[in-house]
Amino acid sequence: MPIGDTIRVALRSIAANKLRSVLTMLGIIIGVASVIALSAVGQAATIGVTNQIEALGTNLLTINSSSAQVGGVRFGPGSQPTLLYTDVQQIAANDPDVAAVSALVQSNGQVVYGPNNNSATVQGTSADYAQIKNLSLAQGRYFSTPETVQGANVVVLGSAIAQTLFAGTTVNPIGATIEVKQMPFTVIGVLAAQNSTGFQNPNDYIEIPATTAMNLFTGSPYVNSILVSAKSPAVMNQAEQEITSTLRFLHHLGPTQASDFQIFNQATTLTALSSITQLLTEVLSGVAAISLLVGGIGIMNIMLVSVTERTREIGIRKAIGAKRGVIMAQFLVESLALSLAGAFIGLVIGAGGSALAGFLTHVGNLVSITAVLLSVGFSSVVGIVFGVYPARKAANLNTIDALRYE
Amino acid sequence: MNALIEMQDIVREYVIGGDRMRALNGVSMDIFHGEFVAIMGPSGSGKSTTMNLIGCLDKATSGTYQLDGHDVSRLSDDELAEFRNVKIGFVFQNFNLLPRATALENVELPLLYAGISRKERRQRAEHALERVGLGNRMANRPNELSGGQQQRVSIARAVVNGPALILADEPTGALDSHTTDEILQLFEELNAQGNTIVIVTHEPDVGRRAKRVIRFKDGQIEADDGRRSAGRPVMSMSGPGDGVARGEEQDRCP
Ligand SMILES: Nc1ncnc2c1ncn2[C@@H]1O[C@H](COP(=O)(O)OP(=O)(O)O)[C@@H](O)[C@H]1O
Ligand SMILES: [Mg+2]
Repeated sequence: MPIGDTIRVALRSIAANKLRSVLTMLGIIIGVASVIALSAVGQAATIGVTNQIEALGTNLLTINSSSAQVGGVRFGPGSQPTLLYTDVQQIAANDPDVAAVSALVQSNGQVVYGPNNNSATVQGTSADYAQIKNLSLAQGRYFSTPETVQGANVVVLGSAIAQTLFAGTTVNPIGATIEVKQMPFTVIGVLAAQNSTGFQNPNDYIEIPATTAMNLFTGSPYVNSILVSAKSPAVMNQAEQEITSTLRFLHHLGPTQASDFQIFNQATTLTALSSITQLLTEVLSGVAAISLLVGGIGIMNIMLVSVTERTREIGIRKAIGAKRGVIMAQFLVESLALSLAGAFIGLVIGAGGSALAGFLTHVGNLVSITAVLLSVGFSSVVGIVFGVYPARKAANLNTIDALRYE
Repeated sequence: MNALIEMQDIVREYVIGGDRMRALNGVSMDIFHGEFVAIMGPSGSGKSTTMNLIGCLDKATSGTYQLDGHDVSRLSDDELAEFRNVKIGFVFQNFNLLPRATALENVELPLLYAGISRKERRQRAEHALERVGLGNRMANRPNELSGGQQQRVSIARAVVNGPALILADEPTGALDSHTTDEILQLFEELNAQGNTIVIVTHEPDVGRRAKRVIRFKDGQIEADDGRRSAGRPVMSMSGPGDGVARGEEQDRCP
């Protein structure tokens, strides 16, 4: 019997029982839709987290003061300052795998220009900071190393602050003199608008030389943290080691003493995070695969019911000349068609949903071809495997008994 | 010319709850091409069992059966299916049509399993339905047809593949007397066109129309008025002399 006729016979009997066929497919529909949607979610999580971490800077190593222990009471990281501005200079001078170093001295204060004023986060940084954080300037320039060393009263404004301060004026901010915590500063640059990455809006920051910040505002030789950009992703661990030994030497730490600083390595964090999201994706896919399996069992269940219900039909077909293989093929094609139709509907729902979610969250299309091929392939295997038993049962029916079946 | 059906000492035993029961006990008969044979006899006498054996739906416990020169006991299940498809047309008491298929599709079914192309299937099925007078009912499903019409569809299905033999087990059992008459007329027409027909019936009227009547009783042939029959002597009670047969006789005559 030609395969075209076999398929037609199978499809007709599926169409004859529409509601039941759809209910039978439901397991596969949900399974395929969830495999595709969950892998898209996993992908989105990975991309999102990676973007956030990469937005922090290029090949970034962040050094913070370590939690201090005072009389047995352990404080949080940075609770006791240990990093000196001279540490920054030493790292820059001595560590070969370091491309750029910047101090970070943070304080808050009011900025005033004419009648306008605003509160701002005042960041004291080094000239390299713009390079480390990939900052681009809308106007003017970032301050230079000599300006940092001298502690010049120059300021680079975040885009939002610049807008607020110069609202209602036609004055070019570059060259204007503003007041930061009542001290006069010359504006030398305005940063381009940045995406907000966390709870704070970087557009509300102003940047001044770290030395200026220490001299005028904090009055302390300590910095909050040191930001380092390694020369390449490959040498991040080496750079971390170099910095560790430099700082331990400068801080006079003996071999048995714990470091009084912590280095946050972007590469290690990325690897850890991506292995977590990968695990998450695998677990989700496993759950989805189980639901595909359950869907397959559902198909087998319905096919068994269908074989019993159609005993008489099978008897007629066999009496009239259908061979075992033909009956078997009819029921196999039927269960395969059920699972493939289910896979297709699930694909439309899963891929459509993920594409829509990707579009709405601006992450782009996240539907992975691998997930699509895997789930559709898996469900056709399920359709065949779970169709074999009912199909064999149908093919092996005794013709005379089947003809008499009521 | 060889007989179409050659049965020799056919025994068919059923095992029911450990006991062996002989539905057929030494049946021999020859049926030739072009015959119209009525099989009659009381209920439970083995008529349907015989029809199932003739129709290659079942195999005998012992004895030989040749259909059109082929020893049926040697054929595999798939070969039997092909044999049924090509050589035999079945007409059942309860019609046995596929309920969800149209009359035309039901009649096409044997051709489908014979691997005949869609176009030719359609043509031949249409022709067969016209032959049984249902040219205007091809698109109807069985539940949209009367009993007589359904039986016509199944007769069309039986003849569509040009079989050597048409087997009908009580084809009029579910029909009223008027419809019965029409259906029997149809069988007579088919026989006149050269089809070999074996029909099981309870109606004495049917027996009168048939050219030959074989009467069954207790799993044996009680009477066979076929002159050309090469069967055993009428009324012979001698089965193959095995223990079971003797045991049965002892049961009957203690
Ligand atoms: N599948 C079966 N299993 C057991 N006994 C059967 C089976 N089919 C028929 N029989 C028995 O065989 C005998 C003959 O049955 P059957 O050929 O159907 O009689 P008829 O068609 O003449 O009424 C009956 O006693 C019946 O009970
Ligand atoms: Mg009967």
